[in-house]
Amino acid sequence: MPASPSPAPASSKTAAPDEPELLSGAEAVVRTLELIGVTDVFGLPGGAILPVYDPLMDTDKIRHILVRHEQGAGHAAEGYASASGRVGVAIATSGPGATNLVTAIADAHMDSVPMLAITGQVFSTLMGTDAFQEADIVGITMPITKHSFLVKDAAEIPATIAAAYHIASTGRPGPVLVDITKDAQQATAPFVWPPQLDLPGYRPVTKAHGKQIVAAAQLIVEAKKPVLYVGGGIIRSKASAELLALAEATGAPVVTTLMARGAFPDSHHQQLGMPGMHGTVPAVLALQESDLIVALGARFDDRVTGKAALFAPKAKVVHVDIDPAEISKIRIADVPIVGDVRDVLVDLLSAFTDAAAGTKPDFSAWWKYLDDLREEFPLGFAPTTDGLLSPQQVIQRIGELTGPEAVYAAGVGQHQMWAAQFIKYERPNSWLNSGGAGTMGYSVPAAMGAKVAEPDRVVWAIDGDGCFQMTNQELATCVINNIPIKVAIINNSSLGMVRQWQTLFYNGRYSNTDLNTGHQTMRVPDFVKLAEAYGALGIRVESEDQVDAAIQLALETNDRPVVIDFVVSADAMVWPMVPQGVSNSYVQYAIDHSPTWDDDMAETGRAEDTPRGAAHTVAGGNE
Amino acid sequence: MSHVLSLLVEDKPGLLTRVAGLFARRGFNIESLAVGHTEIPGLSRITVVVDVEDLPLEQVTKQLNKLINVIKIVELEPAQSVQREHLLVKVRADNTSRSQILEAVNLFRAKVVDVSTDALVIEVTGDTAKTQAFLRVLEPFGIRELAQSGLLAMGRGVKSITERVAVPKS
Repeated sequence: MPASPSPAPASSKTAAPDEPELLSGAEAVVRTLELIGVTDVFGLPGGAILPVYDPLMDTDKIRHILVRHEQGAGHAAEGYASASGRVGVAIATSGPGATNLVTAIADAHMDSVPMLAITGQVFSTLMGTDAFQEADIVGITMPITKHSFLVKDAAEIPATIAAAYHIASTGRPGPVLVDITKDAQQATAPFVWPPQLDLPGYRPVTKAHGKQIVAAAQLIVEAKKPVLYVGGGIIRSKASAELLALAEATGAPVVTTLMARGAFPDSHHQQLGMPGMHGTVPAVLALQESDLIVALGARFDDRVTGKAALFAPKAKVVHVDIDPAEISKIRIADVPIVGDVRDVLVDLLSAFTDAAAGTKPDFSAWWKYLDDLREEFPLGFAPTTDGLLSPQQVIQRIGELTGPEAVYAAGVGQHQMWAAQFIKYERPNSWLNSGGAGTMGYSVPAAMGAKVAEPDRVVWAIDGDGCFQMTNQELATCVINNIPIKVAIINNSSLGMVRQWQTLFYNGRYSNTDLNTGHQTMRVPDFVKLAEAYGALGIRVESEDQVDAAIQLALETNDRPVVIDFVVSADAMVWPMVPQGVSNSYVQYAIDHSPTWDDDMAETGRAEDTPRGAAHTVAGGNE
Repeated sequence: MSHVLSLLVEDKPGLLTRVAGLFARRGFNIESLAVGHTEIPGLSRITVVVDVEDLPLEQVTKQLNKLINVIKIVELEPAQSVQREHLLVKVRADNTSRSQILEAVNLFRAKVVDVSTDALVIEVTGDTAKTQAFLRVLEPFGIRELAQSGLLAMGRGVKSITERVAVPKS
């Protein structure tokens, strides 16, 4: 900001009684955010958003957190929203400021995160002239926002921001962008509140058709092998209690997708774990073998279904989603239910109670099959053979020592899968990750946003050495603003998930996956020194006996962020795994080790050799 | 198979980009497109012809419905609607061929809108079958230039696509 000796402009002009107050567009932005209840925003100023930053300095209702890169603001807003259920807000200037938000906006779009992005735009008179720092951010973000607005008139600011907030937070949540020209920020206009929302084309359906609910309940009663396939919609809809009630009433097994970890307690005996490419064997095969899938706020992502045409061939599908476009997009639904999953679950429980007429369906044969799978194929990992730390062990200990009240935000890759597998989640909004987009670099800024939203919770960033190097600049933001997150770098000195695929599918040819951050390397950068340079506490852990003490020290340190560099083995792999593009029937428990299973539930498949240990003894393709 | 969709949309900047972009990124091919105002200020109508099977059509319709500025989508079946397109065609015409061309123009109830020594510009209106048939007749004379509108379509009978539609305030 240019230094200016002159005082800030008066915050309001005098207005006659009953007439709306005259505010500048910039003041209207801040006032509107205050009035809709925004208390925290993440952003970074620049030329085209400068007017907004001036009144932002005076408000005592909104905390602005100055990030070091706009992508950090975007992911922080996502973490804020995902941890709390409130709308996350990010602010950036025009051109590169706005385009730096794009990755986070795309991420929020894929994972249905309620987010409001406010960007400055060049003067309306300059738009279309390739002006300095001009970018058509509304055009750029059209495919990755729920909606976007361009505002060129100060008078439209309150209603537009209110509409954006409404769209972002209702129906299927998502990111909404409001691009405001600099002249609209500078001009004055009457501040009309509350504004009239004018959205004739936006009518999300929340209450489902009773007939479909009854049909769904009837299918559950008639099913022999049902599964509740729980997606992130349960968390966005705050429907965990309603889910628990239905699950317990029906006695059906539950699988929670990557986006739904925590939606249903991991300690619950009906919980089979995560389905999909790196899901548990019981969860993968429960879906594959089932005769009824009740999809609740889930979207049959390819990472869950494997080859969709071969997915769960005998299952009927009840699909509950607030977004009609998700229903029958990938898998034709036998019973489509459009509605808010929380309301639907209440109605479905009541319809099920009627349909069951006092009896509980008998799923005992189904449970016998699944329990055998659980016993035979529990989640596990082999000890490392190179003497280095086991990454799974480290992550598991973080979860055990920290507990379910914390928030865990992962980056993307192996550590993300291990964090989804080996931390036990007991409550919704405790697990944050980039599920749909798979955005490396999500973790640190998302953890920062989560800590701002939930300052009383311990917030862990479970990050990889590759991911961490994409967004660790936000440690500066955390230190300066007293946001004491804890970062666990699962440092295998490589782009681990890519390396795993190179091990499995490219004959161990490690093309460009070595990052030189770990054991017996130059350690560029040295994460401990980097943490210290930022003013965070840096700890290096290289042996198993140091693990617990380091985690404890991190948990006791709350006056600054903590970065633990866990130097782990690069050879550890994520198992189980369904190779891409095949049926989920080909799930492998460990390398070259698949459960043999059969349509006949009596034959659950008994593995002959021990699955553990296999993961580390074989290097090479499994084709 | 071709389907005719009528979209009632708010008349907002960038709306056409949103609609066209959605078709492109979801892999649907637009065969024809026509955009114009309706009888209600602030509301426009987009008529789009898209070549898809029934199931993907349902998906594209649902995705279009998610666009905030799209108010209503109706599929217009050929039997229950009138469908018209308009085209201008410049055809080579000399003294030997002109009378034959004029005969075709009369048969198709088309209209000559420009005459020069070597060419005629003809306009014709009709459903796609008629306009294509007309072009086939003109083909042997030598079509120099062709400009074709998108298809327009409207349901038959008294009902209107704008019935019970929330009217934008602005």
